[in-house]
Amino acid sequence: MAEIMANEKVKLAVAKANLETFSETVQALAAQDRDVLVVTSDSRGSGKLVPFGQKFPEQIVEIGIAEQNLVGVAAGLASMGKKTFAVSPACFLTARSLEQIKNDVCYSDNAVNLVGISAGVSYGALGTTHHSLHDFAVLRAINNVTIIVPADNFETEEAIKAAAAMDSPVYLRFGKKNMPASICSPDDLTRNNFTVGKGRTVRDGEDLTFLATGEAVWPAYEAAEKLAIEQNIQAKVVSLHTIKPLDSELIKEIASNGSPIITVEEHSVYGGLGEAVASLLMQGGYHNKFKIVGLPDDHTVSGSQNEIFDYYGISEKGLAQTALDILN
Amino acid sequence: MKREKMEVDLMIEKSVEYRRNIIKYIFNAKAGHTGGSLSVVDILNVLYNRIMNVSPENFDSNERDRFVQSKGHCVEALYVVLADQGFFPEEDLLTLCKFNSPYIGHPTKYIPGIEQNTGGLGHGLSICCGNAIAAKKDNSPAKVYTVLGDGEMAEGSNWEAFMLAAHYKLDNLCAILDYNKLQISGSNAEVMALEPLDKKLEAFGWAVKHVDGNDINALTETLESLPFEDGKPSFVIAHTTKGKGVSYMENNLKWHHGVPSEEQYKIAMDELNLAEIA
Ligand SMILES: Cc1ncc(C[n+]2csc(CCOP(=O)(O)OP(=O)(O)O)c2C)c(N)n1
Ligand SMILES: [Mg+2]
Repeated sequence: MAEIMANEKVKLAVAKANLETFSETVQALAAQDRDVLVVTSDSRGSGKLVPFGQKFPEQIVEIGIAEQNLVGVAAGLASMGKKTFAVSPACFLTARSLEQIKNDVCYSDNAVNLVGISAGVSYGALGTTHHSLHDFAVLRAINNVTIIVPADNFETEEAIKAAAAMDSPVYLRFGKKNMPASICSPDDLTRNNFTVGKGRTVRDGEDLTFLATGEAVWPAYEAAEKLAIEQNIQAKVVSLHTIKPLDSELIKEIASNGSPIITVEEHSVYGGLGEAVASLLMQGGYHNKFKIVGLPDDHTVSGSQNEIFDYYGISEKGLAQTALDILN
Repeated sequence: MKREKMEVDLMIEKSVEYRRNIIKYIFNAKAGHTGGSLSVVDILNVLYNRIMNVSPENFDSNERDRFVQSKGHCVEALYVVLADQGFFPEEDLLTLCKFNSPYIGHPTKYIPGIEQNTGGLGHGLSICCGNAIAAKKDNSPAKVYTVLGDGEMAEGSNWEAFMLAAHYKLDNLCAILDYNKLQISGSNAEVMALEPLDKKLEAFGWAVKHVDGNDINALTETLESLPFEDGKPSFVIAHTTKGKGVSYMENNLKWHHGVPSEEQYKIAMDELNLAEIA
């Protein structure tokens, strides 16, 4: 896929939810190609797809509250050549429909784009039934699915377009919190390139590296800025938007300078990005100081997404402290 | 220890109080599934105050009746009714959805009186089938109740459980549908057609009755006639109004979840007062 150069509008200010970008992008795709279909499980409201339904009534298939059926039907549509986006909260999509994902999508190689919305702990105080802290783990262990977790609006748009053009299964995952249009300094727009399977370095630094994904990239970036200002510590920040296949080349290159690595994700510390990176480093013979930041194996504390992030240190302050701890 | 049955007149007053509390605590929490809590609360009222043998006093007894709220998102109605039963102090609900509060936006067992953790739709009925089979094996008098949402009926797991409940002749099981005709994206008819529901359930081997699910008298009469048929599970199609009791919320899709503004709060409280109802 071609590298996309940035446009000048990119600002670091928090712009809109990646979910909004998803909705706009999939509408743009649908306008150009009537084979683009969106499939929903009473989820068009949460997926910001009400305008899609109004503009393209022939390109939306409503399944009702039946996520297993959603994925099965999507597999059938994809096998008939439809560019299918199956959209449902990540918690239900990747748990309840897991067998349909494994058999009907991945094993049967039907190129469905599985879109897990309001992912991680986006649903906050609605609790564990509505959190998806397991999805990287289960999907990493299933063959034939690309896992993409965009960090900002820029990555979201590129990821959706890339997924639509791919002829194999993709899982896209994002939340509903407002994110920057692009997480990198506005005078550094050359960083706005996106390739599936390639990490995107949004900030340079030699003292340590945050390898983060999804909505955890932004607090990692903020922590890096804080460390630079307050401690004169320069942290590299990489958005590893593609969890599978992992960008092993980039990760090994980063590890080879010997500085500490901290992974950050809105997922259980078991089976997610952190363990994927750990496995790669161990097997590659790298012995950098290493820390996995995510949600511990515990009953998740109740509260909003921000409160949960703060509690578990997935925050500017928490990550800056983790960096200081690992450097000392 | 059998619960005393509450008189219908008193239950009618309770319904007003419960609705006021639902609005009050959702307003305070700034979150909540308002419409579906207002539609289901009369069903919970009659179950807890008149039908079920369950209370803080007998909650340790394996012979207590079981209730699983399958449409877990309407937990506010359940919290309000359980507080009134004395399971926990009502003021606890001021922490609803706040940081580190156990009173989250779906039922969990951390809260006294709640049997099962629900919130993912289409789970409650299967758990209840398990409860009902176990009660039969133990020759226990325990009866098992669940409330389902009409949108929730699209989950295939429900239909697996419908088959099973009839197969095992679970006449100690009663499923109640909060049939408010609305879900999130539209009416059931628009999103996923459900009718003819009574015929479908009868064909699956259930004994079915229709009732006005916001009429305390009618609900009492129907639920006191359980089981509808020996050897069959009972299904109550309770026709309700989503947002019942607050004019601007009634039958209005956008109040599936929603928090009233200050002004809307006042209107709701004015409408929900005892004099109005009498
Ligand atoms: C498995 C699952 N899928 C989706 C949801 C999200 N969800 C919560 S409430 C709801 C609509 C429920 O409609 P209905 O059953 O009619 O409930 P009510 O009208 O009584 O509120 C949906 C889709 C969920 N909680 N669980
Ligand atoms: Mg409904």
